[in-house]
Amino acid sequence: MRLETRTRVPLALAIAAPAGAVVLALLLAAIPLLWAEVSVVDAYVLIFKGALGSRLAITETLSRATPLIFTGLAAAVAFRAKLWNIGGEGQLYIGALTAAAVGTGAIALPSAVMIPMVLVLGALAGALLMLVPTLLKLRLGVDEVVTTLLLNFVVLLFVSMMIEGPMKDPMGMGWPQSAPIVDEATLPKLIARTRVHVGLILAILAGIAVWVMTQRTIWGFEARAVGASSAAARFAGMPVPRVMLRVGLISGALAGLAGVGEVAGLKGYLTLDLSPGFGYSGIVVAMLAQLNALPVIVAALFVAVVFVGADFMSRAIGVSNYLANLVVATSLLTMLLASLATRYRLRLR
Amino acid sequence: MDVIEILLTVSFWAAATRIATPLIFGTLGELICERAGVLNLGIEGIMTAGAMAGWMAVYQGADLWSGVLFAAAVGMIFGLIHGIFTVPLGLSQHVTGLGLTLLATSLAYFTYRMILPDVPSPPRIEPFQPFAIPLLSEIPFIGPALFKQTALTYLAFVSVVVVSLVLYKTPLGLALRAVGENPAAAEAQGIDVYVMRIGAVMVGSGFMAIGGAFLTMSAFNAFFFEMIAGRGWICIALVVFASWRPGKALLGAVLFGAFDAFQVRLQQALGGDVPYQIFLMLPYVFSILALIVMSRRAAYPKALMVPYRKGER
Repeated sequence: MRLETRTRVPLALAIAAPAGAVVLALLLAAIPLLWAEVSVVDAYVLIFKGALGSRLAITETLSRATPLIFTGLAAAVAFRAKLWNIGGEGQLYIGALTAAAVGTGAIALPSAVMIPMVLVLGALAGALLMLVPTLLKLRLGVDEVVTTLLLNFVVLLFVSMMIEGPMKDPMGMGWPQSAPIVDEATLPKLIARTRVHVGLILAILAGIAVWVMTQRTIWGFEARAVGASSAAARFAGMPVPRVMLRVGLISGALAGLAGVGEVAGLKGYLTLDLSPGFGYSGIVVAMLAQLNALPVIVAALFVAVVFVGADFMSRAIGVSNYLANLVVATSLLTMLLASLATRYRLRLR
Repeated sequence: MDVIEILLTVSFWAAATRIATPLIFGTLGELICERAGVLNLGIEGIMTAGAMAGWMAVYQGADLWSGVLFAAAVGMIFGLIHGIFTVPLGLSQHVTGLGLTLLATSLAYFTYRMILPDVPSPPRIEPFQPFAIPLLSEIPFIGPALFKQTALTYLAFVSVVVVSLVLYKTPLGLALRAVGENPAAAEAQGIDVYVMRIGAVMVGSGFMAIGGAFLTMSAFNAFFFEMIAGRGWICIALVVFASWRPGKALLGAVLFGAFDAFQVRLQQALGGDVPYQIFLMLPYVFSILALIVMSRRAAYPKALMVPYRKGER
């Protein structure tokens, strides 16, 4: 009996592996539910109902999935090239801050100009933030894991400083929040009287764009090659630093867009609780999708179901909604185990 | 207040030592893992879990030292998970570590909320009290700064010496460094690479958890959500700063502590003129700068982040 590396992953297995991982994570989450002395079946039914059981629930789940698609893509793009961008949370907030700075009335233009501008500038801000750790890695060999992680804290403090200082809403009753986004800069709702906004469409389009880029262009080929082996890529004459830089900028821009969507599409103003860790959950989304762009959309929906459903369940039967984080974290680890099945094959001889 | 004046007060250096303590434990823990070739990004979560577990044990009636042991045991269990995933299974150390941080953090929060569903303010315990070490605390200036601390700070000092001795003066330390530099050669010497690496990750994670426990059982007397606040990530930067040496890790942690204590005093001195967030940013920025300066000469353990498979070359 021995393990062999698979050269091709059969489609059935590529679907079964993440599905199995999710089932295993949900089974493991039964342990804390049993501890809480609630019926496991009831809890899962409530999670399911809370996330998908009504029109309102479904729209809530879709609106929660929107930033997760962006941060999931950001992580997937970077990790595929082995650029460890763990700074999605910071890039999200800098994108949100930019959207709030541009979109709260400082500039008055029609929405046909305002909305694209807010999106582009927010993405640019995320990209520029990621440029710093990427350049430090390429020029000075500084590990990007630590720099991106630490920058998350710096950005959060910077946002706090801005919304308590120059960008504080004078009409905000003293709360630390930015002024509201003007109508011209607000992303239109997709479905009237719900929280689903155009950002969802943009996120799905971004997913398709990343998929096309990865699968059908030289850029994507180079990024995958660098991720597989940067030495081999260099040997093949690829400009490895330039590829890394490009990947870093795209990844940062995607995370920045998540922040723009939350501010200009959902909340309408910037606060410090804009993101409950979307940047970090994006890593789980990317891993569940095995770093593939289109599956990121499905994985983001799954994570959104868990979060929205667990909130509902928590209100209904009083189990802490940290259960959602527990399920998501566990599914990351079970997904890693499942990835062994897609990478290796057991051969009996 | 004058800058020099701040630097010359005993209370300043006492505060620096106090701030440094959890970082000493965390940096030592990460250093042990990395010396064996395993990056442990679970550190932030393991420190959170240690902070919660140690505090909760004492809150439930255990004595302080049992609380510390319990925290360490919890840390070692998370270390075991990290070890199994990254060593024999050879899974990505980055992703496993981040997953472990998410898991340990949410497990700590969930457990806290399970046991204490609705408390208006975080309940308190009777924490470790500072005591002076006879003779040592009478050394002028250094004595009262370093030797009028709590027992866990002294444990941190002792740990640095012990880890240093084990790493450089014992066969065990040699074996540990060997599996982190050249696992194939270590295996040829009859060292079980898997056992050494998993063991190192477990012991290292135990240290990290004690670092977390220091916060809830010595620096403060309660558990707050998000109280680790990136200390784990700072420890990872400090390991690079220390070039993977325990003595330099102590120095780095104390320097960092001094810097942090300094920004607090600066904040008090300049209070109002400069937004307080600027001061709170400084420790993170300082860590990044330290990393930039040291990365040029960083001598990473050769097999860091390289999974080892038996019988493969």
